[in-house]
Amino acid sequence: MQDQPTPPEVLAAVAAFLRIVVAAETKGATSFQARVAANALEMMRRQLELAPAAEADERERLTALLGREGGLFELNSELSRRLEAGEVDLSTPGVRAHLWKTTMAKLAVDQPTYAAYQAELGAAKSLEE
Amino acid sequence: MTPLLEALENVARSKLGGDGVDNLTRLTAGATQEIWRFELLRDGERTPLVLRRAPGGERVSETAVGLETEARLIRAAAAVGVPEPPVVHVLAPSDGAGHGFIMGFVEGETLGGRIAKSEALAPARTFLARQCGEILARIHGLDADDFPTLNRSTPAELMDRYRDIYRATAWPRPVFELAFRWLADHCPAPREMKLVHGDFRNGNLMIGPEGVRAVLDWEIAHVGDPMEDLGWICTSPWRFGVLDKPVGGFGEREDLWAGYEAAGGAPVRRDEALFWEVFGSMRWGVMCAGMAAAFRGPDPSVERAVIARRTSENEIDLLRLLAA
Repeated sequence: MQDQPTPPEVLAAVAAFLRIVVAAETKGATSFQARVAANALEMMRRQLELAPAAEADERERLTALLGREGGLFELNSELSRRLEAGEVDLSTPGVRAHLWKTTMAKLAVDQPTYAAYQAELGAAKSLEE
Repeated sequence: MTPLLEALENVARSKLGGDGVDNLTRLTAGATQEIWRFELLRDGERTPLVLRRAPGGERVSETAVGLETEARLIRAAAAVGVPEPPVVHVLAPSDGAGHGFIMGFVEGETLGGRIAKSEALAPARTFLARQCGEILARIHGLDADDFPTLNRSTPAELMDRYRDIYRATAWPRPVFELAFRWLADHCPAPREMKLVHGDFRNGNLMIGPEGVRAVLDWEIAHVGDPMEDLGWICTSPWRFGVLDKPVGGFGEREDLWAGYEAAGGAPVRRDEALFWEVFGSMRWGVMCAGMAAAFRGPDPSVERAVIARRTSENEIDLLRLLAA
């Protein structure tokens, strides 16, 4: 067992340092790039925290959808091939929901502040309520 | 003195009737071009100017039209009433500064988020969509035969090009496959080809409270379906979060189209608008996805890595368009 603090905790601290100290004490392109670097570390922190569960779900859906086992790259390649060939489309049971769930999980890591993601998140919440 | 500064000093004296240059500063924007700002000293006055040149003066992008052609396009557009800065000098080989041109400095806002949201630009937002339509009609009225080196692409050819770029990323994206399939099924019939700007969008327009001050970044101008320009500015990434204003986050499609038709543009095929918005999200998505290779290759910057991870923004935009 590796020791603590955890990778997400350390990444969050480095991101805060870049944003609060480096970006503030530098200017122009360097200050901008320090903020970009902080954002990149935050993204990696979210990936470490969120991706394991999201990718396990994605793999389970793909396995059911495609009727075969495999790694994520392989399964996504097969779904891509079937979509390109027209063997499956949005009317195929499970395809639409799978694409939405997978995309929402990517946005939660990549760009959780993206307006379209926020709008869809809000719409999903209001459906649940 | 850097070689560039020395070259500009010579250009100022020999070509621009000046006494020298001052305050040469690299501006940050522009990934495929260097953009510099400087002041021309002449008769005790300082005139702010902008230099656009190929990276390092020499590295010329495969897809760009070339800076000499870009300068000619800007001059031609200005001649038909498109707001443009004056092109004051096109670099010659003897200038020793590489490929590029010098133009007037235009003050204004280019940040798309501010154009879509800032209080100061609220008056402009009431008529900007219509004005963009009028400007596009003028651009599409330019004689494409005057620019024989520009690429010519039908919608189907453009789609093939982006599909090839996507395939080269060697990373499976079911949402992109869905989009390519839909685009192939909805590809518009060929129509009269026009000179299109190719990157006419919020972010490449210099804006003031009174409207568009300059149309920038002509580097991917080509000859194609004019609906491409009308659709690109309505594509989701250029709304900068203002989702309910489809034109650049500041206006309505109907105003864009009305301005276009009123200024002499061909009747807008409204039923093709969705094709070009889907195409636009696919196009920007493919460009983002391609950044991963650029990051692992010539430009290992954090900025490049982060843009690559914006591909998913386009995936959600595509789902909103095709699988709502």
